[in-house]
Amino acid sequence: MDLSFRHAWSVWRRNATLYRRTWKLTILPNFFEPVFYLTAIGIGVGAYISGIGGMSYIEFLTPGMLAVAAMHGASFEVTYNVYVRIHFEKAYDGILTTPVGPDDILVGEVLWSMTRSLFYGGGFFIVAALFGLVPFPGGLAALVVIPLAGLLFAAIGFAFTIRIPTIDVFSFYFTLFLTPLFLFSDVFFPIRERLPGAWLIVAEALPLLHPVRLARSAFQGEWGWVALWDVGYILVVSTVLLEFARRGVRKRLMS
Amino acid sequence: MSSTESHPPVVSMRGVTKRYGERPAVDGLDLDVPEGQCFGLLGPNGAGKTTTLRMIYGAAQPSAGSVSVFGLEVVKCAREVRARLGVTLQDNVLIETATARENMQIFGRHYLLDAETVARRVDTLVEFLQLGSHADMIVRRLSGGFKRRLAIALSLMNMPELLILDEPTTGLDPNVRQGLWSRVRALRASGTTVLITTHYMDEAERLCDRVVIMARGRAIADDSPGALISTHLAREAIEFDCDEEEERRFLAGLGNGVPHLRAGNRTMAFADDASRLQDALRDLDGGDRRPIVLRPANLEDVFLSLSGTRLDEEG
Repeated sequence: MDLSFRHAWSVWRRNATLYRRTWKLTILPNFFEPVFYLTAIGIGVGAYISGIGGMSYIEFLTPGMLAVAAMHGASFEVTYNVYVRIHFEKAYDGILTTPVGPDDILVGEVLWSMTRSLFYGGGFFIVAALFGLVPFPGGLAALVVIPLAGLLFAAIGFAFTIRIPTIDVFSFYFTLFLTPLFLFSDVFFPIRERLPGAWLIVAEALPLLHPVRLARSAFQGEWGWVALWDVGYILVVSTVLLEFARRGVRKRLMS
Repeated sequence: MSSTESHPPVVSMRGVTKRYGERPAVDGLDLDVPEGQCFGLLGPNGAGKTTTLRMIYGAAQPSAGSVSVFGLEVVKCAREVRARLGVTLQDNVLIETATARENMQIFGRHYLLDAETVARRVDTLVEFLQLGSHADMIVRRLSGGFKRRLAIALSLMNMPELLILDEPTTGLDPNVRQGLWSRVRALRASGTTVLITTHYMDEAERLCDRVVIMARGRAIADDSPGALISTHLAREAIEFDCDEEEERRFLAGLGNGVPHLRAGNRTMAFADDASRLQDALRDLDGGDRRPIVLRPANLEDVFLSLSGTRLDEEG
């Protein structure tokens, strides 16, 4: 491990500088996506659902969607964007001629992915607040969940991207990994009530359930010991995968 | 190696091997780049030039042997070494969606330069590489020559003591090549050590104080271009087409020990005064007036004589 935070920060700033050119193009879809979801599923579908555990359906859905927004924000960055920087732009080959090292690149990119997850998740949070769905001040605690989810999915995505042979493999990542997570991780319905016990164990091992549960705890203002397990899971799994990614970066960029 | 240098070499490689699987890309290479010179690494594609460079700036680790730059072991001090050198890669690595100026600013930050220093360096380099009118254009719209100059500008953002140029003029127009050569000469004159790889022998002869010719991952010659030519061949050459039977007869007629090469159907013979050879050949060819080219001997001839391979063939 040879990390210099200032050099990692120069990688973050590189991305931020380039993002300044395109943010206007991404901020609008960023804003409307949650509006569409909350309207269609919350108000539309939700009208046929009497409620879940004393909440209206839209109240149940919102914290889960917040975690999903953070997941997507980080995932797009560390999949397609990082792949393009490695293989098409050769950006890291250029950066590695400067004092910036491979570990700095990894950390800079992960920090930038967390930043993107903050834009996505933060955008969703603001929209949800405008819909009157965020309980203040307790709901503010959910803002901490966004960078945690960002870190976790940045680590997963980077570890995947650095090792895949072709860009086509991302369709597996999105369709066979992120989509089932999205559908079966307590976002749309309480899995404890609907899914068999075996799946509950699998879901605990998979990443999305943890940020969803944390966000819901924040919105409901009910914290239990399970929150410690959720935070611990996110930190430990992120650390393990970042170490795996770190080796991958060296292998891919410095052979 | 040169013993007249008072300074230790900027780059020093000893017994360096780099294997990819079973195949060695670099195979027991010894190399010293003296301070303040323009040093050429020559050879055909696949000779191991780029791999050698990657080990010098620490983007690849040798399988065996040691590489030190500025007296520092690269494997241990890559960050320190890279802070003091600049590299222009063979393929331009530019941010196509940003302006030339933004590219330089972003690169400057990788060297941890403060905003004021970055601004000053950008102005200096825009002038030095004559990027003025194009500095605020999006890189995607720049011509190949401007992109190459920008790539070189990036590698000069830290005012490097050692500038590494990997195939700097491949694929560029002749006038752009001339312009780049003049910039390289200016840098060398200001005291920068330049390490350049090329498979263009004319480029090496014009720019380099000293060259190493590589083939199959090894150094097969190491000297100044002029000395290599006069040691291995002679100052001038004649070149003509003939079959092998004719060649035997001609060479016997030209006198014993004339250095000569054969490539395809073409024979080259070398002498310090090749017009003598030309006259002798005219006497021998039975008046068929076959075309004879008389030209200065060059590094390409040296390469051919050392390796038996033409440079445009795979080494």
